[in-house]
Amino acid sequence: MTGHDVVFVLVGLLTAAAAILTVTSKNLVHAALFLATTLAGIAGVFLVLAADFLALVQLVVYVGAVAVLFLFGLMLTRAPIGREALDNQNRGLAIGVSGGLFVVLSALIVDAVVGGSLGDTTVAEVTGPGIEDIGMAIFAEWVLPFEVLSMLLLAALIGAIVLARREPGDSGEEAMATRIDFGDAPPTEGTDSLSSGSLPELTSGERREGGP
Amino acid sequence: MSPLGPLLLATLLFCVGIYGVIARRNAVLVLMSVELMLNAVNINLVAFSNLLFPEDAAVSGQIFALFIIGVAAAEVGVGLAIVFNMFRNRASVNVDDVDLMRW
Repeated sequence: MTGHDVVFVLVGLLTAAAAILTVTSKNLVHAALFLATTLAGIAGVFLVLAADFLALVQLVVYVGAVAVLFLFGLMLTRAPIGREALDNQNRGLAIGVSGGLFVVLSALIVDAVVGGSLGDTTVAEVTGPGIEDIGMAIFAEWVLPFEVLSMLLLAALIGAIVLARREPGDSGEEAMATRIDFGDAPPTEGTDSLSSGSLPELTSGERREGGP
Repeated sequence: MSPLGPLLLATLLFCVGIYGVIARRNAVLVLMSVELMLNAVNINLVAFSNLLFPEDAAVSGQIFALFIIGVAAAEVGVGLAIVFNMFRNRASVNVDDVDLMRW
């Protein structure tokens, strides 16, 4: 048992405990913080596995951005707290499915690794490609998937804005509509006045409030 | 170092994620569990790449993991936007309540 193994066992136990607490915690904010701990532990696992660049990316993207995004999500949705409010009636089914899957998969993995069907798998020293290799590979071999990923991120950005934007006429609190008049611009309320009939001067939000 | 430890850790994280997806009723917590499953896959990719095929100097495992991180970030953004929209329209993030498209 080398030093690598000892460090991995420590980090792995921390990660596993934090992951289990993430899905069993009764408090939403605690769950998000345990998720951040899990993700940081996974970054530590990457470090032990000699994937330095990936560990840093994991820290920046997951612990830095995604965990904060989840905290925002929890706070903006004002969710109730408590096991009854957080878990549904499927807990027995969930324990059965995940526990059974874990037993089957870990039996297969132990059989493959210890049983020797993967060959001699114990490496003396963990090595991985350096950051130069990763950069060269991304921008030479993998440049098309890289560009596709950038398009995906752009689409997700626009899609998230469109989905989360509050339109006048949605339920909830109405935001004050800002009307910009451009002087000699043609009337821009064409469809609005058509739909509102005899009340062309009302915005859709006011129409909703005054309606039956 | 044997690949047994990382693979077992990834299995545990994946199964914990499955438990969360099935048992949680808050949509944000379901998204968190999906993140756990994606990270389990990342551990698997890096472990296979660096422990089982170290002599190839193969970067493919780590590059796949990087792409998965990028896709997961996009997924979290769109997913949370959908959750916010759901909360605004129904005043609830309970996934059991949202059965409008149920057959």
